[in-house]
Amino acid sequence: MAIETQPERAQGSGGGQPAAARSSRPWWRRPAIHTAIIGAVIGYLVGSFLGSYLTGTGNGLYPNVSLSDSKDWPIVLGYAFAVVGWLAGLGVFTDTFRQMIGRPLNGQNTQETEAPGGLAKYFRYELDHKVVGIQYLVGMIIYFCTAGLFAMGIRTELLSPTHHVFSSQVYVEIVGEHGTMMMMLMTSVILGPFGNYLVPLMIGSKRVAFPRVEALSFWLTPCAFLILLSGLLVGGFPFGWTAYAPLSIQSTIGADSYAMAFGLMGVSMILAGFNIIVTVICYRAPGMRWSRLPMFVWAMVSTSFLMVLAAPVLVGGMYMILADRTAQTALFEDSLGGSSYLYQNLFWFFGHPEVYILALPGFGIVLEIIPVMCRKPLFAYKVAAAGMIGVTLLSFFVWQHHLFMSGINPDMRPLFMLTTELISIPTGFIFLVALGTFWKAKIRFTVPMLFALAMLFNFLIGGVTGVFVSDVPADTTLHGSFFVMAHFHYTIMGGLIFAFMAGVYYWLPKMTGIKLNQTLGKWQFWIMFLAFNSTFLPLFGIGMAGQPRRVFEYARNLQTANDWVSISSFFLGGSILLFVINFVYSTVIVREREVGNPWRSRGLEWQVASPPPPGNFERVPVVISGPYEYGTKDAPPVADLHPPPGVLSAAIAQSPIVQAEA
Amino acid sequence: MAASPTEAPQAGEPKGPNHGLRIFFIWLPLTIAADLLIWIVLGPHLPPGSMTDTAHSQQWDILVLAVLAVPIVAFVLVFAAYALIMWRHREGDDEDGPPIHGHTGIQATWITVTAVIVLFLAAFGTYELAWPGFAGAGAGEGPSAIWTPKGGTPLQIQVIGQQWRFTYRYPQFGGFETTALMLPVDQPVQFNVTSLDVIHSFWAYQLGVKSDANPGVNNIAFTTAKQTGKFIVRCNELCGLWHGAMVNYGQVVPMATFRAWAAHTEVQLAPITALLPAYATVYDPTLIPQINKAMAKSGIAGANGYYYPPNDPVQP
Repeated sequence: MAIETQPERAQGSGGGQPAAARSSRPWWRRPAIHTAIIGAVIGYLVGSFLGSYLTGTGNGLYPNVSLSDSKDWPIVLGYAFAVVGWLAGLGVFTDTFRQMIGRPLNGQNTQETEAPGGLAKYFRYELDHKVVGIQYLVGMIIYFCTAGLFAMGIRTELLSPTHHVFSSQVYVEIVGEHGTMMMMLMTSVILGPFGNYLVPLMIGSKRVAFPRVEALSFWLTPCAFLILLSGLLVGGFPFGWTAYAPLSIQSTIGADSYAMAFGLMGVSMILAGFNIIVTVICYRAPGMRWSRLPMFVWAMVSTSFLMVLAAPVLVGGMYMILADRTAQTALFEDSLGGSSYLYQNLFWFFGHPEVYILALPGFGIVLEIIPVMCRKPLFAYKVAAAGMIGVTLLSFFVWQHHLFMSGINPDMRPLFMLTTELISIPTGFIFLVALGTFWKAKIRFTVPMLFALAMLFNFLIGGVTGVFVSDVPADTTLHGSFFVMAHFHYTIMGGLIFAFMAGVYYWLPKMTGIKLNQTLGKWQFWIMFLAFNSTFLPLFGIGMAGQPRRVFEYARNLQTANDWVSISSFFLGGSILLFVINFVYSTVIVREREVGNPWRSRGLEWQVASPPPPGNFERVPVVISGPYEYGTKDAPPVADLHPPPGVLSAAIAQSPIVQAEA
Repeated sequence: MAASPTEAPQAGEPKGPNHGLRIFFIWLPLTIAADLLIWIVLGPHLPPGSMTDTAHSQQWDILVLAVLAVPIVAFVLVFAAYALIMWRHREGDDEDGPPIHGHTGIQATWITVTAVIVLFLAAFGTYELAWPGFAGAGAGEGPSAIWTPKGGTPLQIQVIGQQWRFTYRYPQFGGFETTALMLPVDQPVQFNVTSLDVIHSFWAYQLGVKSDANPGVNNIAFTTAKQTGKFIVRCNELCGLWHGAMVNYGQVVPMATFRAWAAHTEVQLAPITALLPAYATVYDPTLIPQINKAMAKSGIAGANGYYYPPNDPVQP
């Protein structure tokens, strides 16, 4: 080979110099969340000033913008510069900039596999995937609870059809905030914490492929969250989470917060997914064949592909909304040569894969937990993987079922009805695998298992009702009603969030070395499961009785049912509160240690200490057998954690690429 | 798939009970009972009723889907409940379960059965959609409808959505515009749904008609009423602050009553109709002030965000 592949000296991250010693400056002089906030404020002021200048009537720069009564430029540029300022304040650009001008790295952010002790690291731009995982976990719980509070607001308002707690303006803001925050931020509720933390551990890697990309993907989420919330300060947005044009184009400046936040979250999704894909393809330990990949990793890879392929369309759509709102383009105005259908197609081309971004991680967690708690191998491993791949592929071919009533070409309806119903075949695989694993198993009703079982129950109802809305004649009645709302809450809240809870109870001992209180966990489970079903099951009936979604007022004869739902939803909220209490109580106050392998799992992540040491593994392990070989008396251990030196280089020498080059 | 036949779940302990047969015999009566209940008891009450042929087609589809869903849901639940009770972990048993990695026959059966059900549903839905009597099942078909009702020229009714109300124009009766939706029984009706501002959705619940109102687009939906009576019209697409209050009532009446009403209203509203823009399938948004002027003259407060000042509307 002519090209010198060995660098002259060992490289630090990003091809820089070897990592220098960590900075010893006092904490307030080091980039962290406080400098990020300062950066964001400065950025906002700069952007806002620039926007005001551009649109000022005095300067005569762009007459068609400054003469329109657009107030959007200052706020859009303010948000954009605030994001840049936030990231600069965090030190995201520091190393890149220093390398650009040829200065040595200052050791601030060069530790890719380990982080110092203490809590301060969680407030900084750290590159260790284990820190990012914890950051994501806490962040996601905060986002979920905030969005959940908005849901409590919605149900409070719907207690009565005629007496109002909120004004219609406030109500529609709450609906928009709840829907958007849940749908955009919960895309990463499992991939963020568990995907980032556990995938390297599960595939036997010391690190992820792109630590900076991964850390950036997390630090964009607080931006998106705060920008979305800031919309409330300027009147919110009245168009739910879908932002159909032309309503979104005509709305007041609160709509800019929606488009900026959702667009940013789209970027975060692309980055997070990209990192996971490359990590799984390139960083598997020797012996970690695709056929030995844990189901959770399969789910993360399929989710990541969906994110990387679908989110760009969302970013494009949000960009076009902002262009329509600021630069006075007319991409979505039918009367000016655009098309409101263009937005609906763009949005749902992202939006439907997105609901599988919200479903697949749940499948992954459930199929990961069931074999451990059943003490049996996963039934039909290949079918499970095929199910996830099948859902991933098909999810790009179904989006127009959201447009059945919209007046698009009716010829396409049978096709999209077919593709939508086809997707229930690979989804059915997941149930085959779960039920097959139950056969003659030794099922242990631990808290994670309870949540996993509840997820299957909820998803069954969510999936079957999905077939109702895929059928065009039935959908003519059900579309846009509370039936659809109940359907997707069964799949997302009942599927994704129950799986998230299962994951927290299952993996928190791994991630922190601390065990959650199991008694409180059981209480939380039963309240959450019963309240959830009591909340959303009646909503199918309410929707069938003709109550449209997102209404401020409804028919009087539906008040009893709506009150029942509202009261149940408060219990559901209470169960989430109980979770937060348990989380804080167990991890902050009691801190009961759980360092071993409490579930007796064969998973590679459980073969190292809890929490995992810096660098995860002392040496890159050699994987010997699959993760689900329960019940086989003489099954080999899942991996050799201390392989003799030279195994790795021998494995590399055997790889087809190296041999082809030789 | 990776399994050999000897790993068949049924071929477990030779003396053990036949779990598969037990599950089958729990599942079968449950399924039959539930399906009969749905078919006989729930069926006639399923939404959206059978006031029109399109509503009837939707009711029929929902019933068929429910009857087909029951065996699947019941199977999963019965199997899971049986497994969770029968094969729960017992104290002191630290053995692992049998190492069953799969079973080709069961996997193939599952995939075949689900595929057959799904393909049947897709074919059934397509048939229901395209069958002449159901005319696209009442869903908006866009400006060039391909599924039309049989029997005679349809009565044209234009539905105009605007924030936050629906108005209706009858082009075959001089193009008068009302807030009351009247249609005759046993007469195919063609709704031409459009909007003046943002996207609304015209949902006549009991008629089984749902069609988005897009500005600048004529979205056509058909139905034929089979019974007389009242029905409710709601907006089904979030259109701003008062989306939830965008509701009114319509009536299906005998043909003679309808003709009398239409003729009477045409004469009564003639001065206002003269102020309106000429009937067209879509309207330019710049015409809104003109329409509002006509509306104001007829005693209806103008739209454009001022329909409900200053108090909250109250629903019936």
